[in-house]
Amino acid sequence: MSTDETGQGGAQAHEGAGEFQEPGLSGVPVQKLVQLITPAGERVSHPEFDLWVQDITDEQLCSLFEDMTVIRRIDVEATALQRQGELALWPPLLGQEAAQIGSGRSLRGDDFVFSSYRENGVAYCRGVDLTDLLRVWRGNASGGWDPYAINMATPQIIIGAQTLHATGYAMGIQNDGTDSVAVTYFGDGATSEGDVNEAMVFAASFQAPVVFFCTNNHWAISEPVRLQSHIQLADRAAGFGIPSLRVDGNDVLAVMAATRVALDRARRGGGPTFIEAVTYRMGPHTTADDPTRYRDANELEDWAAKDPISRVAALLERKGLLTSELQDHVRNSADTVAREMRKGCTTMPDPQPMDVFKHVYSAPNSWLDRQQDHYARYLASFGDPAGAVSEEGAR
Amino acid sequence: MTSMTFARAINAGLRKSLDHDPKVVLLGEDIGALGGVFRVTDGLQKDFGKHRVVDTPLAESAIVGAAVGLAYRGYRPVVEIQFDGFIYPAFDQIVSQVAKLHYRTRGAVKMPITIRVPFGGGIGSPEHHSESPEAYFTHTSGLRVVTVSNPQDAYTVIQQAIASDDPVLYFEPKRRYHDKGEVDEAAGLDAADPMGQARVLTDGTDVTLVAYGPLVKTALDAASAAADEGISIQVIDLRSLAPVDYDTVVASVRKTGRLVITHEAGQSGGLGAEVAASITERCFYHLEAAPVRVTGFDIPYPYSKLEMHHLPGLDRILDGVDRALGRPNSLSGLEG
Repeated sequence: MSTDETGQGGAQAHEGAGEFQEPGLSGVPVQKLVQLITPAGERVSHPEFDLWVQDITDEQLCSLFEDMTVIRRIDVEATALQRQGELALWPPLLGQEAAQIGSGRSLRGDDFVFSSYRENGVAYCRGVDLTDLLRVWRGNASGGWDPYAINMATPQIIIGAQTLHATGYAMGIQNDGTDSVAVTYFGDGATSEGDVNEAMVFAASFQAPVVFFCTNNHWAISEPVRLQSHIQLADRAAGFGIPSLRVDGNDVLAVMAATRVALDRARRGGGPTFIEAVTYRMGPHTTADDPTRYRDANELEDWAAKDPISRVAALLERKGLLTSELQDHVRNSADTVAREMRKGCTTMPDPQPMDVFKHVYSAPNSWLDRQQDHYARYLASFGDPAGAVSEEGAR
Repeated sequence: MTSMTFARAINAGLRKSLDHDPKVVLLGEDIGALGGVFRVTDGLQKDFGKHRVVDTPLAESAIVGAAVGLAYRGYRPVVEIQFDGFIYPAFDQIVSQVAKLHYRTRGAVKMPITIRVPFGGGIGSPEHHSESPEAYFTHTSGLRVVTVSNPQDAYTVIQQAIASDDPVLYFEPKRRYHDKGEVDEAAGLDAADPMGQARVLTDGTDVTLVAYGPLVKTALDAASAAADEGISIQVIDLRSLAPVDYDTVVASVRKTGRLVITHEAGQSGGLGAEVAASITERCFYHLEAAPVRVTGFDIPYPYSKLEMHHLPGLDRILDGVDRALGRPNSLSGLEG
């Protein structure tokens, strides 16, 4: 089976008109893919979705271009840090910049994000401290930041588990009578998980203000999306009674429009929305992965031609906005962020041995207190506590 | 003091918590109009509304996962798992999320979630309705695990569990739901024993008999029968299974020198093993005999016509007491 047969690959998918019909499977009706900027950088009009981004000024478009460039730089820098032994692991987001910035920049401060581990660009939009962004991947903590400081939960590693948290949080928003929204990010692989399906059942049942943002990057480590689903992912939502949108995930304006539609519906009491952002994981699953073992270089080439940043650059050029000043500014901005992040990473203080016991409970626990006491005595029995955990032993 | 059933006492405790804290919400299957299959939540939805006593779709992982989200939002969710054997779909959310979020967020996010689980057998039910899964959870760091043996504790400890900033598994011995006892509804939590504390129920000198949940009553009956034979048993109700209050057990075993532990759950890797190992470590030179476990077998919970063979009863417990005392018993003459 080729990727094209699924209607989820194929170079033709993003060319031409702003929307088009893709072939369906199993006789299930398919959704039109929303696109506002073509891969060539042409702004195409859309009768419905234009309204949702008509307030975006040239200046804001430049800012989105800057954001996407910065998070790509963060991603490149973090990958380098991993290669240099400063990080244990990193999950690259290369290729998914529009999906993350278009949605992340649509949120309000009082919305709450429950994401997977790849939404580092969304975390950037939420204002995460750059050092905190790397804390987990350096092995210095299991969670990088205080979720309440940026209204974003720390990255979820169990696939799809966070969608339930978002739904419960949204039920809490309902009880509180406010109009904020819980937004959950997950991938195409996660749509097979029971938790994601249960989350949609609950969200629909309670009409909870939650947005299910599915980043279809075509790959769950080595498994292609066609292994997860024989229909377009967006079309699954109808079975739960949840309206869905299928957008070009490499089109920052289309993603923004779709996210705004979903957020607006949730704020008005209209319940959940499912967004499928069709994009591509240009890099490996993580720095520990080797995609050459399972995917075709031609496919990568096809998607490289649909790059989310290049198309905005092309659009800016058409509009006469891609000045050398802008390019310098964006480059400086990215370099500054990368420098700051690298410094934060390499100067991050190591956790202390006894920190291993911290925060398991919020109150004393006799079992753990005893183990902690015994381990402190054990460590104290070594002149240099580092010797206590060396592989060769210190005796 | 009011005389009420075990189930009614939990209901009264839930009611008090709902009254006391507007952030307390109940989630579960059939807990609304029906009042739960055991009627533990009877009348609560009527009095507190559908937003605080929430009938959920049938999805245990989602019930617990939604509770996590509510806790993020500042709520104190109380989740009902309808039967012990139905908790496993929620296992991932409990073990990987509820138990670990406080650690993961370095204390920033509290998970004050109470998970109520009717557990244990003896009610003649089909499969999946009579299990004792507590050891899965006592082995999971980040959780507190409690069980109660009488209406007064049922009333008090459910409130303590809800007030705890740590997640609590609250195991309810379902075959005792209809047992009656005196409950002091006016007593505040301040005067109550702390949630993690074990309780010595009878003063004895010959053997320490450790029980919890449904078998506490059986243990007391056994102690009473043993007294007729001149054997003095100190019965301890563990109340908290994670952590176990070893100080109380140690003090007793240092006096009696003999330990019998009983539970309905299977033997291998169970609470009895943990208690036996810990007490042996701490009381080795006080022990006159090896600790004895009187437990369910390592079998799937059996069909109901045979369940009384699986469940430790008064006589099996006394047989274990005889083993601890070196008196003639069913295994006399058997080595190892």
